Amino acid sequence: MSDSSPRIDRADTPTGLCALPRGRWGAAELGTRAQWLALSAQLGALPADAGLAWDLRGLQWLDHVGAQLLWNHWGQAWPQRLELDPGQRAMLERVAGFTTVAPPPEPWRLADQVDRLGVLVLHGLDHARHLLVLVGQMLLDSLRLVRAPRRAPWRDVSGHLYRMGATALPITALVGFLIGVVLAYLMSLQLRQFGAEAFIVNILGISLIRELGPMLAAILVAGRSGSAITAQIGVMRVTEELDAMRVMGIPHGFRLVLPRALALALAMPLISVWTTLAALAGGMLAADLAMGISPAYFFHALPAAVGFGNLTLALSKSVVFGTLIALIGCHWGLRVKPNTQSLGEGTTASVVTSITMVIIVDALFAVAFKNVGF
Amino acid sequence: MDAAVQPLSSAETVVRIEGLWSVFGKGSEAFAVHQDLDLTVRKGEMLALVGGSGTGKTVLLRQMLGLMHPARGSVTVLGRSAELMGGEGAASRVGMLFQHGALFSAFNVLDNIAFALNEQGTLPPDLVRDAAMVKLQMVGLKPEHATRMPADLSGGMIKRVALARALIMDPPLLLLDEPTAGLDPNGADEFCALVRELHAALGLTMVMVTHDLDTLFALATRVAVLADKKVIVTDVPSKVAQFDHPFVHDFFQGERGRRAMADLPTAAEEH
Repeated sequence: MSDSSPRIDRADTPTGLCALPRGRWGAAELGTRAQWLALSAQLGALPADAGLAWDLRGLQWLDHVGAQLLWNHWGQAWPQRLELDPGQRAMLERVAGFTTVAPPPEPWRLADQVDRLGVLVLHGLDHARHLLVLVGQMLLDSLRLVRAPRRAPWRDVSGHLYRMGATALPITALVGFLIGVVLAYLMSLQLRQFGAEAFIVNILGISLIRELGPMLAAILVAGRSGSAITAQIGVMRVTEELDAMRVMGIPHGFRLVLPRALALALAMPLISVWTTLAALAGGMLAADLAMGISPAYFFHALPAAVGFGNLTLALSKSVVFGTLIALIGCHWGLRVKPNTQSLGEGTTASVVTSITMVIIVDALFAVAFKNVGF
Repeated sequence: MDAAVQPLSSAETVVRIEGLWSVFGKGSEAFAVHQDLDLTVRKGEMLALVGGSGTGKTVLLRQMLGLMHPARGSVTVLGRSAELMGGEGAASRVGMLFQHGALFSAFNVLDNIAFALNEQGTLPPDLVRDAAMVKLQMVGLKPEHATRMPADLSGGMIKRVALARALIMDPPLLLLDEPTAGLDPNGADEFCALVRELHAALGLTMVMVTHDLDTLFALATRVAVLADKKVIVTDVPSKVAQFDHPFVHDFFQGERGRRAMADLPTAAEEH
């Protein structure tokens, strides 16, 4: 053990046993695991009787953490026989004066848990109410936009269109293409058993155009842009920019929520069509390779297999998805509290909620429009 | 001026900066904030760094902390290169009071203060808690403030918590960036008194960046003036104020400077 490691020597004096702390009793030394274990063993081995004498003058260094350790070991009382220099006395007196009793941990009570559940429910209701207010506000803002279109934040809309729409094209195309390939390969294995290879066009056409294309695009955009919206608005809360806007009399709804909702409502159907096209291209390629269905036949058979209603349904679904993602992103962003923890929680919650909502709304569409497009 | 600092020069050196170049940008856009800058900080002193904005005062603090690396020259803190500063146990070598506190907003006051001790993962939680509570009260806060979140603190309290956090492992060197910026005059005076108390009680060496002349005269035992990319003068405040340089003239002889200098005799008596 090196010379500066914290330790306790013992000496037998005529008046009894004396503990002689040696070495550096500082936070860094005490925080080193090996030294801490050795020292706490030595402390534990000391006789616990009050008659033990202490001589701190041999210490190389004592800081507040070391002093706290001694003080706690003494049972937060001065030992009867203590030798120390004035600096150490001042430090120990400071520690003694400022040591407080830790509050007892709160006991577990059923009533508290019930309260907590109630708070959770109220929180949920509050979120729902805020989201409803946001939707209503957006409708009012849209009216304002229609009445005075020249005063709308068009530059923002175009910026968001680019960032949320145009820059999402590569990733959505890649994912769509791969899903198309996978789907076509899996289907080809099944269809070949029945000799029904030609139906690959129907299966891919309906599933991709009506369901998977819009859903995939919406889920990707929710992860990509939903989180970005929440983070942008949340940071504006942390840096008090939201308050600055309100002080200038600029409404958050018209200036922040509306452009984002508008941009995503416009971009979402386009991204959805783009993803569907990429998926169809992937499926067409895989069908050609796996089953010899030529692209020419694919093109010929597709319009007959997929009714026009499917297209309208997919596009209108996408508009709803886009608006929802933007609104949910704004909702969580506006509710961020000015600290980093809340920002992280808000972003996570935003992505989770918007993806869940997209799937729920998609299911509702599927039920409500089950007769459309066939 | 060399003669004036002679009596102190035998004292132990805590920070030694030699031929420092701090350069931002790369290639043709590179510009130097410091050129051949020399500075020493001696044990137990309170050195104030002053200079116009953009003269690299905060950059100099960041160099001492190892947050920036010298393009040329060397920065030695407590006998080792500043670049090694950020390693394990840094909190026991140097404490930093950031201008806006830089408290971890996800933790409450007590956890902020105890952060460095907790990160070691060795000391038992109740010892860590007690040690943090002592520091909390040493900076003039009350035990009931321990569970507050940083977002609920006033500017003065944020500075105090940040100071307690910087001091949790009793580092011998404390750096302060604008310690009284954003505080009302009363709060600034109280904070100065607190820093002076801690300086005396803990035997700290302090380096602070400040624009505030009241703070400067209340605390500093020595002043280093940054101008023309160098330290142009280092001396006791009253002598620096007489130094012949346009910046020093504007800084100390302006309206605010003269008001603060009226208190100077009391500040100078301390040496």
